[in-house]
Amino acid sequence: MAPNEDNRPAFVTPLVDIETTDDGYVIRAEMPGVEKGGVEITVDHGELAILGRRKPTELTAELIYREIQPHDFRRVYELDPSIDTTKLGAKIDDGILTVTLPKAETVKPRKISVQ
Amino acid sequence: MNIVRYQRYPQTDLSAVLDRITSMRAEMDRVYTSTFGSSFRSPASLSRWNPAVDVYQDKDQFVVVAELPGLKKEEIEISLHDATLTISGERKHEVSSEQGFFTERFYGKYQRSLTLPTPVDPDNVKASYRDGLLQVVLPKAEEAKPKQIEVALK
Repeated sequence: MAPNEDNRPAFVTPLVDIETTDDGYVIRAEMPGVEKGGVEITVDHGELAILGRRKPTELTAELIYREIQPHDFRRVYELDPSIDTTKLGAKIDDGILTVTLPKAETVKPRKISVQ
Repeated sequence: MNIVRYQRYPQTDLSAVLDRITSMRAEMDRVYTSTFGSSFRSPASLSRWNPAVDVYQDKDQFVVVAELPGLKKEEIEISLHDATLTISGERKHEVSSEQGFFTERFYGKYQRSLTLPTPVDPDNVKASYRDGLLQVVLPKAEEAKPKQIEVALK
């Protein structure tokens, strides 16, 4: 992916797993080479954007063969309106960004016991 | 079974022949893919997941960087055969709920081999894993290092 002509930065789309639970959703995105400080998560107009900036390599040797795309990771999701966006959680471990998206209390399934 | 287009008038001879050829081709394709499809691919693509690698070089060593996010140390195996480095292992699928799952990530066995352009010193290969990146440092064998030759001026 080369940068576009209007100089907008190019991004790599991370591979993700999305799990649905009673409490909401869990997104796990592959962002190898991204540290905690390189993660930016934003919610705007019902859209969740996850961004992972790769840490620049410390290697000074000459690159003789490249397969890894040198661009940052970015992916945008439209949010289910039942998600409580004030309670998003995120962490990154070994290049996997985990974002938890809990549903608002009012929409969670409730068990009602019969008296 | 094929879905045949509805025709108001009886098929002409030509279209009947064409239909037969089309279904014959589909059948041949099916036989071909089921017989040769998997074994004719190169060994590298037999495994579904081939991690991406970058290779760096300076005068003393090679550095191989591989993208292996979310692995445990014991899920990474590195071996060296002559100048061919192989990185392999298996990623286990950990699912906490069975309710709903959408997956793009690769699980199961992976393998990646690459041959370096010059011999390396197998006893001094070092590997480290950080932020989902595996880094393998392979010093060049003595005989492969560039040598500087002084020119004596008389």
